[in-house]
Amino acid sequence: MTALLEVSGLEVEFRTAEGIVKAVKGVDFTVERGKTLGIVGESGSGKSVTSLAVMGLHRAASSTVTGSVKFEGTELIGAVPETVRKLRGRRMAMIFQDALTSLHPYFTIGDQIAEAYREHHGGSRKAALERAVEVLGDVGIPEPRRRVHEHPHQFSGGMRQRAMIALALSCEPDLIIADEPTTALDVTVQAQVLELLKKLQQERGLGVIMITHDLGVIARVADEVLVMYGGSAAEQAPVDTLFASPRHPYTRGLLDSLPRLDAAEGEALSSIPGSPPSLLNPPPGCAFHPRCPVYAAEKNPLCTGERPQLRLVAEGHRNACQLDGVTA
Amino acid sequence: MIGFLIRRLFGIAVTLLVICALTFTIFYLLPNDPAAQFCGKDCSTDHIELVRQQMGLSDPLYTQFARYVVGIFAGQTMGSGQYAVHCGFPCFGYSFQSAQPVWALMMDRLPASASLALGAAVLWLLLGLSAGVLSALRRNTWIDRTVMVGTIGVAALPVYFTAMILLYLVVTVLGWMPYPRYIAFSQDPVAWIRNLILPWITLALMYAAIYARMTRNSVIETMEEPYVRTARAKGMPERKVVGKHGLRPALTPVATMLGMDLGGLLAGALITESLFSLPGVGKLFADSLNKADQPVVMGITVLAAFFIVTSNLVVDLVYAWIDPRARIS
Repeated sequence: MTALLEVSGLEVEFRTAEGIVKAVKGVDFTVERGKTLGIVGESGSGKSVTSLAVMGLHRAASSTVTGSVKFEGTELIGAVPETVRKLRGRRMAMIFQDALTSLHPYFTIGDQIAEAYREHHGGSRKAALERAVEVLGDVGIPEPRRRVHEHPHQFSGGMRQRAMIALALSCEPDLIIADEPTTALDVTVQAQVLELLKKLQQERGLGVIMITHDLGVIARVADEVLVMYGGSAAEQAPVDTLFASPRHPYTRGLLDSLPRLDAAEGEALSSIPGSPPSLLNPPPGCAFHPRCPVYAAEKNPLCTGERPQLRLVAEGHRNACQLDGVTA
Repeated sequence: MIGFLIRRLFGIAVTLLVICALTFTIFYLLPNDPAAQFCGKDCSTDHIELVRQQMGLSDPLYTQFARYVVGIFAGQTMGSGQYAVHCGFPCFGYSFQSAQPVWALMMDRLPASASLALGAAVLWLLLGLSAGVLSALRRNTWIDRTVMVGTIGVAALPVYFTAMILLYLVVTVLGWMPYPRYIAFSQDPVAWIRNLILPWITLALMYAAIYARMTRNSVIETMEEPYVRTARAKGMPERKVVGKHGLRPALTPVATMLGMDLGGLLAGALITESLFSLPGVGKLFADSLNKADQPVVMGITVLAAFFIVTSNLVVDLVYAWIDPRARIS
């Protein structure tokens, strides 16, 4: 059976005034039905750009997307825009980070959901609004019949994010891409929204891509994790493996910088020194080497040579670090 | 909502009162003597003094001002004895020049000004919005650059220059029409259009350029908004993404500006009306100012302030109607 989503060799370039920015440099991953792929990375790692490329949302006027994105076997890169548009919202939907700015301020929540539903399913406005009431109820918005007529600014942050999820679910998609869906929310609301997403995913057998910089979110929802750094994949593994035995120095740095309850009192939180690489002038070789503790210790020329690719290093575990297997 | 309206109307009243007071004070401070002017040439000093007494010009400033303001609403009787005339609501006094009631003079001139302003607005909206939207959607292409360079050029042309060139070309060189003169719409709608076309173009060109640039920036900005991206992510066709999700918010600030501009222009486009000898409020203002016809200048100032302040309120109401966030619950 073909995978729900198969991405290979995905590259995204932006033409800017300062030159060409390679935001994503060859990323591969697969999303299966009923599974969640977590993509982790700091800002500028290319995770959001990757998700927008899957949705076909980059503007051709300022960017170039190459590689392959196959949705149920259908190639989307280079496809007729109309083909991709008809999949968007209908078969693959997106949940954005900030629901306040991502929902249209002029239209009611109901109209925004109904509009998408009618675009893909047709039917009367009344039936579409009825559908909106239904999905708003599904995502746990109280009194959906009344709130369907309210505008986004009349919703609280958590309710707004639920409405955003309802919008994504309204056409019963097979794939949901959630780009930092809980970053803007309070911790308690965050947990509720994540639980909701997980529940809906299990009930409906959705494929989910969860994009976040928060390893806590990953631990909670992901089955498989892809760690991105500087526009490339650094490491990929099932979630338990990744947390138990991270192999890439960047992943280890990320995990070490998590605050721990069992840490000794007064122990400083560790952090990764330096700052994310410039996408305009990326360092040669491994993008992480200027900040890498292993490189700092060994100065291995492998790190500044070829740009590393993901390699299979253990069952289901792929790592881009050139030194994996060399020094370990 | 009712409370909001009441507060706004109160605000408008206060604003108008302040504008009246300022204008009144400025005239009071001017070195010319209304009594001498009203009396005419060859008036003896005694006679002028008599007129001054009758017009109440020796009263303190605040008494005169109060009389003026109260007079607008309640009317006032001017002069005394057999020469007494009662000026009813809305009373802005009488012109020194023509002895006509100021209100009647202004209302007589209003249709020409309104014709000019509204017609020009239609034209500049058509031109400005289409050029602006096209430029924004074709950003950084030769179309965009042509439009933007063109608008700088057009915006830099003074109105009197455009008017002269147009008149010279259309009337003198090409002879397409005789020199335009104002004909009321009710009299002959076709002639109304024919004779107003040149003034419309003159006035509209400058505004069209400004509106095109503003529209372009606004559309570019809005098309970058996350909610426009959401519309695309929902699978909406580009036509709806632009037309419904993008343009509506992008044009909100344009609507605001239109309200202000129209409000200002209704009380007369001074230069354009003078250039084309249009019998509008602006022309009346220019003529009255030349002859220091204080009551008329004063009346038009108050009328203009009224239009601007009212259009402000209308803009706010329209804003609340298009943008739900601006609604006061």
